Amino acid sequence: MADKKDPIQAPLTDTQRRKMLMGMASAPALMMPAMTWANAAQYPTAKVNTTKLAVTDTEVVVGQLHSATGTMAISETGSIQAEQLAIDQINAMGGVLGRKIRVIKEDGASDWPTFAEKSKKLLVQDHVACVFGCWTSASRKAVLPIFEKENGMLYYPTFYEGLEQSKNVIYTGQEATQQILFGLDWASKEKKAKTFFLVGSDYIWPRTSMKIARKHIEGHLRASSVVGEEYYPLGHTNFNSLINKIKLKKPDVIFAAVVGGSNVAFYKQLKAAGITASKQFLLTISVTEDEVLGIGGENIAGFYSSMKYFQSLDNPNNKAFVEAFKKAYGPKSVIGDVTQAGYLGPWIWKATVEKAGSFDVDKIAAASGGIELKTAPEGYVKVHDNHHLWSRARIGMAQADGQFKVVAESPELIQPDPFPKGYQ
Amino acid sequence: MNALKIWIGKSGLGSVLILALIILVVFPLTMDLFRLNLVGKYLTYGFVAVGLVMLWGYGGVLSLGQGVFFGLGGYMMAMFMKLEASDPVTTKIQSTPGIPDFMDWNQITELPFWWEPFRHLPLALIAVLLVPTLLAFIISYAMFKRRVGGVYFAIITQAVALIMTVLIIGQQGYTGGVNGITDLKTMLGWDTREDTAKYILYFVNGGLLIGAILLCRWIQMSKLGTLLLAMRDKEDRVRFSGYDVSMFKVFAFCLAAMLSAIGGAMFTLQVGFMSPSFVGIVPSIEMVIFAAVGGRMSLVGAVYGTLLVNFGKTYFSESFPDLWLFLMAALFIGVVLAFPNGLAGLYESHVKPLFGRRKAKPETTAAPGDGTPHTSTGGKPLSRGAPISGDVQGQSA
Repeated sequence: MADKKDPIQAPLTDTQRRKMLMGMASAPALMMPAMTWANAAQYPTAKVNTTKLAVTDTEVVVGQLHSATGTMAISETGSIQAEQLAIDQINAMGGVLGRKIRVIKEDGASDWPTFAEKSKKLLVQDHVACVFGCWTSASRKAVLPIFEKENGMLYYPTFYEGLEQSKNVIYTGQEATQQILFGLDWASKEKKAKTFFLVGSDYIWPRTSMKIARKHIEGHLRASSVVGEEYYPLGHTNFNSLINKIKLKKPDVIFAAVVGGSNVAFYKQLKAAGITASKQFLLTISVTEDEVLGIGGENIAGFYSSMKYFQSLDNPNNKAFVEAFKKAYGPKSVIGDVTQAGYLGPWIWKATVEKAGSFDVDKIAAASGGIELKTAPEGYVKVHDNHHLWSRARIGMAQADGQFKVVAESPELIQPDPFPKGYQ
Repeated sequence: MNALKIWIGKSGLGSVLILALIILVVFPLTMDLFRLNLVGKYLTYGFVAVGLVMLWGYGGVLSLGQGVFFGLGGYMMAMFMKLEASDPVTTKIQSTPGIPDFMDWNQITELPFWWEPFRHLPLALIAVLLVPTLLAFIISYAMFKRRVGGVYFAIITQAVALIMTVLIIGQQGYTGGVNGITDLKTMLGWDTREDTAKYILYFVNGGLLIGAILLCRWIQMSKLGTLLLAMRDKEDRVRFSGYDVSMFKVFAFCLAAMLSAIGGAMFTLQVGFMSPSFVGIVPSIEMVIFAAVGGRMSLVGAVYGTLLVNFGKTYFSESFPDLWLFLMAALFIGVVLAFPNGLAGLYESHVKPLFGRRKAKPETTAAPGDGTPHTSTGGKPLSRGAPISGDVQGQSA
């Protein structure tokens, strides 16, 4: 309120630097500046920005809000890198509506109140056009009221529990049914599984996921039943009692949603107890290439994971993406499901802005439904009117080298259904 | 007039007045609403720091579990606001409309009975004050009656903080789990997210904090305050003089708990949610750091310390998102190394002598000029009615 700086004028103070950057960007492709200017002139700032966002004739400011420090940093780093990569690529192509994207990076520090504070800062002080960020459900829940109150736009990359839909959020990961149902059907049909043992970490995402899984197993799969359902606190590392129960019940499938550091102990102890892929079928919805780094490929080889993206996907989009990612962040870096979903965020936002011809959040929210992305590494994706993505589900078998071999893929794009009827 | 001046000087009200001016006049005039709201959030931690000055600085009891009481106060405020936000109309999409959303996710179909009182604001406010105080009473009575003190007490408070976190996270159907209680909007229909509401809450919060400092100052100047100091320095002597030492400690602990709970409730109102990340060991220790940076003997110093640390945290993390934790660590180590008595100690040893020089009386020459005054080492005479900004002068030994 008392802020005397006009948010639109403020960024102009570093024109010098920006000119230099643009000069650098134009060096490899001489055609670009001409195109850029023409594009920007076509969309005068007064027209594309009627809500005092930080958009000038040459620049648009966006926020990035992940945990760079704390316990979640290991998971969120992939998203930070992928979003940055997408933004760099978009800038190299001339930006959005002829404007370069400038990122204001904030650290949520794995602490939900800090997420709330920083999201408010990005929206109220920096007037960012949109924010790419959050990873855990808890952090999203903490910032959601702020995005709704201040009318911001959040691109959220993680697969999550569903039961949420907001005008101010685009969910680029899967909601629970997109990840779970295909995997269970596959297990039932291909692996002839009848008995399921559900195990997860104890918080909202595994709880909701297992609720959906149980309803599906008991209601939709032929002659199938749940023989056990166990939850362990986040960070739990002693799974001996669980292993005893598994040995007692001898389920056809262990269906797992154990997250974070617990994963490492979980798979190592399974292996130590002789529960390996040769004897036991295990399907997880919480292990991507990122987690395998910690678990160790040899400890999980042969188990299955249900995701929408694996680094090993064989299509031209993905090959280009993996190559660019490794070039930017080193040949040893791996790309998990969420990292890829993070990469989609800036591209979907760019496509939406160009469709709406505006940066205004209301217009973007309205224009989001129906946005298509043919260049997504996971293949073709489309934004549903409920702000989630249509996407395929895939089953990957873990390999000893830390990669997954895709063994099944849903034939069609699966429609997102954050409030699934009959599963609540 | 002169008498009033002396009394103000002696009681240390001058420094409270300056703090009140800064909080209630200077900040609102110089900051935009976003920053002011942040300061409001920091000041809620100030309640905990002020409580710690009474408990740790004066009572000599170090608690590493103040987050429990801050969290309890905050949670009970949040329970009231969550119930108000979960009316059957807005929650009609749930399997059981009318209960908080996290209960619905956890397959709970009716409101637990102990949530019922939180439908009413007066009951909720009473609970904010009484429940943490009662818990503090039970813990401290059990400990101090058995003469458990010092480091053992600190460890037990840590254990309580850990138990509380595990309990809240484990019982997510009733508490919201790791996510905490989120999406709080109104209090009796009053939208706490509006700009005017933010201003009002800021001033209410600032006023309450000043009130808390005055209350604590009054206690310090009373016989009770003297006894607390005496106990800290030579507990046995006080006991042998016929005082029930444990009950004084219980009092100090309950007082600190109640202040923390008020801070927690104000936090929920201003920030709009409550989560277990305030209850655990790490935030509890952080709150002790606030008091230590400000000076654990000084009520106003503790508030300045809280502000400094949190401003630092916000500033460093906004300016250097990759490096800020190192800078924070440098700040803590630097302050503790350079000024063992915190900001208030710095003021006493370096700034105050500059003012005092002109009208120096013979006995003020005894004031320490070496910058390393020591507190709480045994045998120090009692300083009743010491200036509020700290009684760290060596005094005439």
